[in-house]
Amino acid sequence: MPDKPLNNKAWFLVLPVLGFVLFSSLVPMMTVVNYAFQDTMGQNHFFWNGIAWFRHLLDPSTDSGQRFAGALTRTLLFSLAVLAIEIPLGIAVALCMPRHGRAIGPLLVVIALPMLIPWNVVGTMWQIFARQDIGLLGAALNGLGIPFNDTQYPVSAWSTILMMDVWHWTSMVVLLCYAGLRAIPDAFYQAARIDGARRWAVFINIELPKLHRVLVIAVLLRFMESFMIYTEPFVVTGGGPGEATSFLSLDLVKTALGQLDLGNAAAMSLVYLLISLTVCWVFFTAMTQIDRRREG
Amino acid sequence: MRHAGRRIGLGLYVLALLLPIYWLVIMSFKTNTEITSGLTFWPRHFVFLHYHHIFNDPVWRHGFLTSVTYVALNTVISVTIALPAAYAFNRYRFLGDKHVFFWLLSNLMAPPAVYAMPFFNLYYAVGLFDTVWAVALAHCLFNVPLAVWILEGFIAGVPREIDETAEIDGYSFPRFFVRIFIPLIGNGIGVAAFFCFMFSWVEQLLATTLTATNAQPFIAVMSRTYSAAGMDWGLLAAAGVLTMIPGALVIWFVRNHIAKGFALGRV
Repeated sequence: MPDKPLNNKAWFLVLPVLGFVLFSSLVPMMTVVNYAFQDTMGQNHFFWNGIAWFRHLLDPSTDSGQRFAGALTRTLLFSLAVLAIEIPLGIAVALCMPRHGRAIGPLLVVIALPMLIPWNVVGTMWQIFARQDIGLLGAALNGLGIPFNDTQYPVSAWSTILMMDVWHWTSMVVLLCYAGLRAIPDAFYQAARIDGARRWAVFINIELPKLHRVLVIAVLLRFMESFMIYTEPFVVTGGGPGEATSFLSLDLVKTALGQLDLGNAAAMSLVYLLISLTVCWVFFTAMTQIDRRREG
Repeated sequence: MRHAGRRIGLGLYVLALLLPIYWLVIMSFKTNTEITSGLTFWPRHFVFLHYHHIFNDPVWRHGFLTSVTYVALNTVISVTIALPAAYAFNRYRFLGDKHVFFWLLSNLMAPPAVYAMPFFNLYYAVGLFDTVWAVALAHCLFNVPLAVWILEGFIAGVPREIDETAEIDGYSFPRFFVRIFIPLIGNGIGVAAFFCFMFSWVEQLLATTLTATNAQPFIAVMSRTYSAAGMDWGLLAAAGVLTMIPGALVIWFVRNHIAKGFALGRV
């Protein structure tokens, strides 16, 4: 935006935010960096360890490397599955929403409701819902003759967590797309009707291009949230059965707070953070590109 | 014909959303013997036993109060400090503005699991561990950048001519900001506050890592329902239902702006 005035005094308005976020991100991050390059013999005595932790972590032939590679693969697969289901479903539901009317208010509240439930309650809810003895879903599936037990079969555990995430977060994609669709002027639809365009053509040529921007935001937010997922699988499966649903953040918390293996945990944190940042940067660049094209 | 299809699709989606909630709610009104003895779609005997238990136990009540306190503190802090920053990012260019903005956003994307351990160390060191302040400040990590992002989007919708006119009329910057500008982006502030509320209310990992007994959040008290005698399913369900109420109340106020809020104010 070239017409914005240059004013370095604007920095003063940003300072409070900077202070807060520095305190809660940079300071803690330095502790992590510290642990990542040191090792300890106990008694709070640390010595320089160079990049040994990282070498272990990124070498799949070591124990910790194998574990990390496994957790990373599972997390990426999970994120991709989440995107593949939630984005198309979210667009479809948003297209079904009425554009006007009194039902809109209550409908929006119901659709947003899952997102306002604390994550461990979401986990608890689905843990109960999927149980084969007292849960509706588990009992129904077993009644239909499908063997389903999320504490024993990896497939059941995965599908439970995937279903839970779809239940929990598809609404965000719906709301984003709904906001995008509402921003399309009625004139566009009228023009399409005069041209005799079919529904599918309207979607491809009018709606999808207008949703471009909100979809970038949706994909970014859904990717990041599912990439950092912790509480819900922790409550539902605890990472099991075996290691089937042990995602990166579950593994990280287990390493750091459970086993107090600080060096490994810190190295893991940094690699994890680096991946998140890279993806975030790619999307951020894409978004500013779209903005520029819109203006230019 | 097409309309009917849309209605059915939407109806199925809403039904799928409500089914797990329905299961939890009816469970909270059943006795534990009824829960474990088989599936029933409506409680045979409506009991308020579990709610009664929660309302009369000081630990649960204290937990609820704690949660509400840190969420409120966090919301106020986040929105207050994000407002001037969002204004600066939208209205001016300054040295390193793009980089700082990206760096802020990157904090939104940082996995809380990465921060659990260092936050514990940090807040322990500064003596805030096990207070509501620890959780309120920790949640600023993602809520401040989020508030800046949302507010920036809403501020972009206010024409710059208003700023200029106020300056010509002799308003000083603080007076202009408080008297004219803040009322103009009231919706944006409401939406930003709503999102801060939401993400602070639902977060669990940091809230439980940074507290022990004095400032134990409601969602951490829920672990009391797992005991040696087995699960107290009814109590767990009742506590879960109670955690949904604040969210449902707050969302009603922003329902007309929420879609725009999710698009971070930029549709």
